[in-house]
Amino acid sequence: MVWAAFKLSLLVVSVSTAAVAVVGTALAFLLARREFRAKELCDSLITLPMVLPPTVTGYYLILLLGRRGLLGRYLFALTGWTVAFTWEAAAIAAGVMALPLMVKSARAALETIDARYELVSFSLGKGELETFFRVTLPLASRGILAGVVLSFARALGEFGATLMLAGNIRGKTQTMPLAIFEAFISGQDREAQVLAVILTVASVGVIYLTNVLTQRPKAA
Amino acid sequence: MKISSGATAELLCLREAARRLEWRPAFLAALLVTSVVACSPRKHPPQPAPEKREIVVGAAISLREAFLEIGQAFQKQTGTTVRFSFGASGVLEKQIEAGAPLDVFASAGEREMAELQGKGLIQISSRADFARNTLVLVAPVDAKLRLPSLAALAGNEVKRVAIGNPSTVPAGYYAQQLLRSLQLWETLEPKLIPAENVRQVLDYVMRGEVDAGIVYSTDVAIAHGQVKVCAEAPQGKYGPILYPIAILQTAANNPMAHSFESMVLGAEGQTILAKYGFRNTR
Repeated sequence: MVWAAFKLSLLVVSVSTAAVAVVGTALAFLLARREFRAKELCDSLITLPMVLPPTVTGYYLILLLGRRGLLGRYLFALTGWTVAFTWEAAAIAAGVMALPLMVKSARAALETIDARYELVSFSLGKGELETFFRVTLPLASRGILAGVVLSFARALGEFGATLMLAGNIRGKTQTMPLAIFEAFISGQDREAQVLAVILTVASVGVIYLTNVLTQRPKAA
Repeated sequence: MKISSGATAELLCLREAARRLEWRPAFLAALLVTSVVACSPRKHPPQPAPEKREIVVGAAISLREAFLEIGQAFQKQTGTTVRFSFGASGVLEKQIEAGAPLDVFASAGEREMAELQGKGLIQISSRADFARNTLVLVAPVDAKLRLPSLAALAGNEVKRVAIGNPSTVPAGYYAQQLLRSLQLWETLEPKLIPAENVRQVLDYVMRGEVDAGIVYSTDVAIAHGQVKVCAEAPQGKYGPILYPIAILQTAANNPMAHSFESMVLGAEGQTILAKYGFRNTR
C-alpha cells in the first residue's frame, strides 16, 4: 500500500507539475504582458481553486469531465474513455489545484521585470519567442521556479478534488494522502504513520527549497 | 491574505512589543501563559449541571432518511435534539474508538459493533438488532447493457462495477461475500471500483461513471428513478444483513440515549423504517 501510493503520487505529481509549469507560465505571461477584455476575470477563474473548498472544485470537475459531463460526454462518445477512476484524473485534479499557485508566482515575477529589457531585445531584431526564452524567462526564473516548487507541493498534498474525480482505488488512483486516509479509517495506523512521515519530510524540503529559491542573492 | 483591521493592529502591536523586548523566548512564554489563562473556563459558583437536551447518534449512511425522520419524531416527543453523524459504519467505528463523543451507534454491520464490544466501548445490555436489509444489483436507468443476473457482470462489455470498500463499508463486505460465494470475485476484482460508503456507490451509478453497482435494496428509492434494479442478490449467499444498535459506554447513564434506542426498536421507529423499505428482524 505504502509503496504503491508512493509510486503513484510520484507519477501524478510529476505529470501535473510539468503540465502546470508550462500552462501556468504561458497564462501568467498573457496576464502580465497582454491587455484583453475580462483579463482580471480570467485571473479570478484560474485562482478560484485556491479559494474554493477542494470538494467544490472536484464537483465542478465531475460536471465537466464525468462520463456525462459537459466535455466528458463527448470524450466518451468519441473514444469510449472516461477520466473517472484513472490516474490521469488524479493528475488533472492535482493540476487544477496547483495552477493558481503557479500563475500567481509567475505573474508576479513577470510583472516586476523591467519591460525595457524586452524592448531592447526587440530593437536588436529578436522575435517575440526568442525574447521570451532568452530575456523574459531567465529574468523571471526565480519566481517561476518558486511557483513550480509550490505547485509540486500542492499537487503532492491534493486530497479532496482527487477523491471526488478519481476515486480512491488502491494502486490506481490512491495517492499518498488518500492512502493515509484509508489506512487511518481502516485502523492501519502504522502505514498511516509511515506515509505521514514521508509527506512531512517532503513538505519541509519543499518549503526550504522555496525559501532558498525566493531569497535574493546577497550582495557581495 | 486579509485579516480584519483590528486583528492586524493587534498583531502589529504584538510584533512591535516582541521586537522591543528582544527577549523572545520569555515573551513567547508570557504570551502562551496569557492565552492559556484567557482560554481556560472561568470558575462559576457550583450549579446543578443542566439536563443535556441533545444526543448525538452515529448511524450507517444507509439509514439516513429513516433516521432523520425518527430523529424528528423523537425531538417532537421529548424536546431533545438528535444530532446525526452519518457515514460508513467502519469509519464511525474508528471515530468512536478515537473518542468521538457519540451517544448511540447504529451500524449496518455486526462486525463493527462486535469490534466496539470487544473494546468495551458499548453498553452490552443495550445492544439489539433492529432492521434487516438485502443487496441488489443496480445500473444507470438509461443503460443499454442487460444485466439479468450477477453472473452477467463477468461479461466483457461490463467495464466497471462499484461496491463499497470492503474494509470499512458493510455493504462492501457483504458484496464481497456475495461475489465470493458466487465464484465471481476473482473475475470481477479488476473491474471493481471501491467507494467510501454505500451512497457513493449509488452516486457512481447515478452519474453513469460505472456500469453497475451493488447497493442495499433500500438505497434504490434515494436515487430518484436514476437507477434501475437489474437483479436481486440470491438469499443465503451473503449476510444476513442485520443492523445492530447500542448505547455507547460513555452515554450509559444518559436517559435520552436510551429513549432514542427504545423509539428505534419500538412500534413508531419500526413503522418509519418499514416505510423506507427496511425489514424487521423477526
